Amino acid sequence: MLIALLADIHANRQAFTACLDDAKARGAERHVLLGDFVGYGADPVWCVDKAMELVAGGAIAVMGNHDAAVNDPTIRMNEEAQAAIDWTRGKLGQVERRWLAELPMEHSDEGRLYVHADASQPAKWIYVLTVEEAARSLRSTQAPMTFCGHTHKPAIFSTTPAAKMTAFSPVTEVAVPLHGLRRWLAVLGSVGQPRDGNPRACYGLFDTEKKEIIYIRVPYDIEAAAATIRAARLPDFFAERLFIGR
Amino acid sequence: MAKPTLQRGDVLDGFVLEELIHKGGMARLWSVTKPGIDVPMLMKVPVLGEGQDPAAIVSFEMEQMIMPRLFGPHVPRFIAAGDFALHPFIVMERLPGRSLLPRLSELPLPYDEVADLGWKIATALDDLHRQHVIHLDIKPSNILFRETGEAVLLDFGLSHHQQLPDLMQEEFRLPYGTAPYMAPEQLLGVRTDPRSDQFALGVLLYFFSTGVRPFGESERLSTMKKRLWRDPKPPRALRKDYPLWLQEIVLRCLEVEPAWRYPTAAQLAFELSHYDQIRLTARSERTATDSFLTRVKRRFNPPERKAPIAPQTVYKRLAAAPIVAVAVDLSEASKETNEAVREAAGRALAQLPSARLACLNVLKTSYIATRDTTLDEAGHNKHVNRLVQLQDWAQPLKLKEGQITFHVLEATDPASAILHYAEQNKVDQILLGARRNSFRRSLLGSVSAKVASEAGCTVTVIRVRREDAQAEPESADAPSSGEVSETVAAP
Repeated sequence: MLIALLADIHANRQAFTACLDDAKARGAERHVLLGDFVGYGADPVWCVDKAMELVAGGAIAVMGNHDAAVNDPTIRMNEEAQAAIDWTRGKLGQVERRWLAELPMEHSDEGRLYVHADASQPAKWIYVLTVEEAARSLRSTQAPMTFCGHTHKPAIFSTTPAAKMTAFSPVTEVAVPLHGLRRWLAVLGSVGQPRDGNPRACYGLFDTEKKEIIYIRVPYDIEAAAATIRAARLPDFFAERLFIGR
Repeated sequence: MAKPTLQRGDVLDGFVLEELIHKGGMARLWSVTKPGIDVPMLMKVPVLGEGQDPAAIVSFEMEQMIMPRLFGPHVPRFIAAGDFALHPFIVMERLPGRSLLPRLSELPLPYDEVADLGWKIATALDDLHRQHVIHLDIKPSNILFRETGEAVLLDFGLSHHQQLPDLMQEEFRLPYGTAPYMAPEQLLGVRTDPRSDQFALGVLLYFFSTGVRPFGESERLSTMKKRLWRDPKPPRALRKDYPLWLQEIVLRCLEVEPAWRYPTAAQLAFELSHYDQIRLTARSERTATDSFLTRVKRRFNPPERKAPIAPQTVYKRLAAAPIVAVAVDLSEASKETNEAVREAAGRALAQLPSARLACLNVLKTSYIATRDTTLDEAGHNKHVNRLVQLQDWAQPLKLKEGQITFHVLEATDPASAILHYAEQNKVDQILLGARRNSFRRSLLGSVSAKVASEAGCTVTVIRVRREDAQAEPESADAPSSGEVSETVAAP
């Protein structure tokens, strides 16, 4: 079975749609949504409604820090991100806000752990960027595979029974086997706001038979996504960065 | 985990264990059969357990990751792999031949044979590098030959795959490899340079042609590291009749700095198969190692080492050092086209200074061999004549001697001859002109059309604009406006 892994959608309707279409064309049968449905982008209602629809159809979803911030004003962010969340809060209806509030922090399924950020303290929203950060996350779980997002930068880490770590930047469209005696942590790139220098939307496909993950980059209508952000009078920087993937 | 002892007759995933063929420190090899599969097969089972070198596990994980992704004649065909958690194994095609290892008792081998072995192995390495894999353990026991002659590389347990996690890289501080063959940069922990395989091949060629290992056999790291500053004894110091061209090639492979070796294994293979045209440097005539003083200086004031190349540039570099073949029709009628072809070749070479150009001309031979003569009416040798003309054609390009070679191919069918040459020499791009005269083309057939449609590489057909273009729209070589080049990428 092919599972589509989508993280950090950030209210980017065009990118979300493009990834869902691509995953469908490749035969994905399930969706795992790794959090941060809102923030930065200007289509929060559509994106949350779409996520709700997918979950109603069997998809798994976990909470991201931006999702949490919608209902929890104590979560602090930088000024611009905070402005986007305040704007988002006003746009979302009661139904969407409740759905976001009730998202689980993590979800386990057949040895796969899904979480938005570091798994050792999910509510602290710690980035997994370095080998040390990956080691901390991997130490906190027995799951053979962890899938997370949050950094907007694709990466794959592994650890052996002797706690030796490896780090790797996945190559687009090249399947990486996640088996063997080691345990793996796959950090997905971002659907709605890539920051690894590649402006294409990023998502992953995991093949449960082959135990392989493949990172996919999908071109989408960046102009339209940026125009929506500008029309909503959100910080212009959120629109500009989409074009350069930073 | 694997059962501690596997026995003849045991069945793993439908594969029946028949005979234990090899018992190594890291793995055992069984011949296996499976109903429905009628090729000879080998099963590799890692030796796992308490007290085992963890490298055995990691290298097996690497091999299990890399092997299913490899294809082509230069690797054993992958058949199946077992689930690591239950019973790890790899099943692959069993090749009938023996490795190069037993040949150690016959060393030194004749120079021609060493060059031929080197050509075959370099060709296999080029294929592997193009599949994003650096072998990192090239040595006689890891090389076999198919009955059809191709070299087959074995054992990818220490290999690096440019597009997959390198489990070896982070696991161990000590470099893994085979001491006599390991490149200097490997000793410093670099696992991402394909030219490391060239160094190992250089050691093999040196050993096979002299009977002596250039850096000895010591496995002590301190002794191994001497190759970073101590140059090997030139082969000509060991064998008086050692050919200059072979010393040139071998010592270039053994350069300490990867940048001083050949840019690609394909270019090394090209040199080995055209050694009559090799550009000799001071390397070829050396008969003694550098002076004590020079070596000491090198040891204590090592040249600033270039940073290891980033893994993602490996493939780009392969692409930046292509072998370009240009087919030149020397007949008077093609003069204008030939100039356009030369301009196109000049542009291609100007962009890629590491590229090399092979100039081809086909000397048509008659189907009936007896009527052929190597002498023309005036009594000149046709072959030599053509070479002179080719060199004259290329002269305005002003290329360095090592960058260009000339080849007159004798054949009845020019297109087939060009295609065969490109295939044999791993040519990346063919440049050729389209015949101008449609009458000649209809009479002789279109060489460019055949080459373009059948070549396994990029083909660029050069045509000079003609004003009567609309007259023959049906032709495969139909010209359009301007000097046109249509580039057909390899599938």
